[in-house]
Amino acid sequence: MAYLDHAAATPILPEALEEMARVASSHFANPSGVHRGARAARARLEEAREEIALSLGVGPHDVVFTSGGTESDNMALAGAPAGRRVVSAVEHKAVLQGAPSATVVPVDNSGVLDLDGLRAALGADVAVVSVMTANNEVGALQPVAEALEMVRRHAPGALFHTDAVQAFGYVELPPADLVTITSHKLGGPRGIGALVVRPGVALEPLVRGGSQEEGRRAGTEDVAAAAGFAVAATRARRERPAEALRLDALAGRLAASVSDIARRNGPVEPASRLPTICHLTVDGCRSEDLLVLLDRFGVSASAGSACASGAVEPSHVLGAMSMSEQEARASLRFSLGWTSTEADVDAAACALRRSVEVLHG
Amino acid sequence: MAEVMVAMSGGVDSSVAAALMVEAGHSVTGVTLKLRTGPSGEAPTQGCCTASDALDARRVADALRIPYYVFDVTEGFDRSVVQPFVESYLNGHTPNPCVECNRHVKFSLLLGRSQALGMDLLVTGHHARLRVGPDGRRHLLRAVDGPKDQSYVLHMLGQRELWRSAFPVGELTKARVRETAVELGLRTAAKPESQDACFLGPGGVAALLKREAGARLRPGAVVDQAGRVVGRHDGSVFTIGQRRGVGVAAGRRVYVTEIRAAEAIVVVGDEDRLWRRRLRLGDVSWVSGRPPRGRVDVQVRAHGATAPGLFENDEVRLEEPLRAPAPGQSAVFYQGEEMLGGGVIAQALS
Repeated sequence: MAYLDHAAATPILPEALEEMARVASSHFANPSGVHRGARAARARLEEAREEIALSLGVGPHDVVFTSGGTESDNMALAGAPAGRRVVSAVEHKAVLQGAPSATVVPVDNSGVLDLDGLRAALGADVAVVSVMTANNEVGALQPVAEALEMVRRHAPGALFHTDAVQAFGYVELPPADLVTITSHKLGGPRGIGALVVRPGVALEPLVRGGSQEEGRRAGTEDVAAAAGFAVAATRARRERPAEALRLDALAGRLAASVSDIARRNGPVEPASRLPTICHLTVDGCRSEDLLVLLDRFGVSASAGSACASGAVEPSHVLGAMSMSEQEARASLRFSLGWTSTEADVDAAACALRRSVEVLHG
Repeated sequence: MAEVMVAMSGGVDSSVAAALMVEAGHSVTGVTLKLRTGPSGEAPTQGCCTASDALDARRVADALRIPYYVFDVTEGFDRSVVQPFVESYLNGHTPNPCVECNRHVKFSLLLGRSQALGMDLLVTGHHARLRVGPDGRRHLLRAVDGPKDQSYVLHMLGQRELWRSAFPVGELTKARVRETAVELGLRTAAKPESQDACFLGPGGVAALLKREAGARLRPGAVVDQAGRVVGRHDGSVFTIGQRRGVGVAAGRRVYVTEIRAAEAIVVVGDEDRLWRRRLRLGDVSWVSGRPPRGRVDVQVRAHGATAPGLFENDEVRLEEPLRAPAPGQSAVFYQGEEMLGGGVIAQALS
């Protein structure tokens, strides 16, 4: 078995799971109560918040817990003041659907935001600009520092949001007004994420019905999940810079061993892409079929996103990169994480080769 | 032991078909076909073969512990089934989309893909029986459960398809199929059968045609057998033999006897004008690869009476007339319980 779908989900860190289990049991009380048990739960929640804030280089008041990256994106786009939204063409659907009438800024063929296009889209009527730090499909790092500066200069009233779900720990985050991160991509538990909200930024809450999270997000807080999240975030901050080199080499090894049957998508320069993603197009094959055969050979990878029926829909990111539908339907993504080894990559390369042979009959 | 792909619609028949294949010791993979895209690009939530049906199929696959995938065949389905369905109605015909889906999607496109993936057999939940004859060829028989028999919609299959297919539930009555599903704890055991063509929503054919070809639906005249105008129609579709909605105050029952689509004319007449003895067919094919010899029993709708006749030169001459055979429907030939093949009715003559 070789698991190469870390960009979708990565195994939970044993230490995160252990901490969660402990806290779920010992700190079960509702953090909003008055009594000692409630205060203890509240204290444990705030400890987790402080650790996560530290890993992000922000203050603890800036961290709002949510149910995950999707909710954080929705909260940022829907909760910002009224006004035009500007988004990149390769944002996650949670951003695109959170801002359905947004101005969409194109990207180039490697998936990188066109800064001239962004400049042209800015104006006094813009209320939010959202550009992800790194793209989850092909791994393209976005010029978020430049984009932020451009927004400050040409749309000074606008908020800048960045979805840093994939980038956390591998890339320095810009001092954006709003930052989305999520726990399960870091090796923490699922069902929890955060939106970083800088001081002075006013957002309408998305989830109402309680005063938790300083009135910004209602609902009884998942203290145990926050504890697990904190373990993962701290570890990611500490380990990922070094891990980046190791994983980039593995991704390169995979791409090189199948370079005769597949071409790699996304930026060419390692400094311009996430170290974890190896996105390939296998001409003459359907990725739907490749995934079936890879699965049969025990290799887990992915392509695009799932429709409600479970069918694979080619990623909109590929269309934004001017890939034809046929090429998009021949493309798939291998992604690496903290458990990835050379053996995984070699197994994936071998299985991909065998799959192509089977399909070519 | 064979590598088997089961086309799972989320209905009880294909669920039990998968279960029977697993029980027989084969290596089974379940596949649901995504046939249509809803307005937002997601699978539709109305009609059959919806996202919800796919989930039912997935849970049956989980219960059977078999791998499960969903294949997006929306483009092929639209091109080979939906668009021809629309054109057929616009030409005044009454198509059977299940026939075209089996012909182009299930036993061509999907069969081809299953082979490319290394499968030995494609299995569906159709009610029909496969046999190997003394001639060494595959034969297709009506299902054990007569009223549920679906051999009619499989008439286009030949040796090439049948040697790579299996229809396990055709050996069971529907009641037994449901019992089996209950015994296996499958959530689809009590699921009602879908009634209409799978891609029709609540508005049926009328809504589909309006959406796909609204501009081409033209109102026109309703005429009698002598050509006298006796009423008007609003461009909605009709089928041969239809009585209701014919917009005629004739004082007695009249039926649609002919549709002249090019002129937007609907011809009506008394019931006795509906009976036909000769059918001209297109797209004729035979299960054995050779036309039948001697008398055959001809069936002209999915569930309907048969009449004896003889086939020659793409034409059938019936010994007894059949009521309202509609161009666009299939004429399928039987000898005893065996389905021999058939074709699509191009013309129905007296």
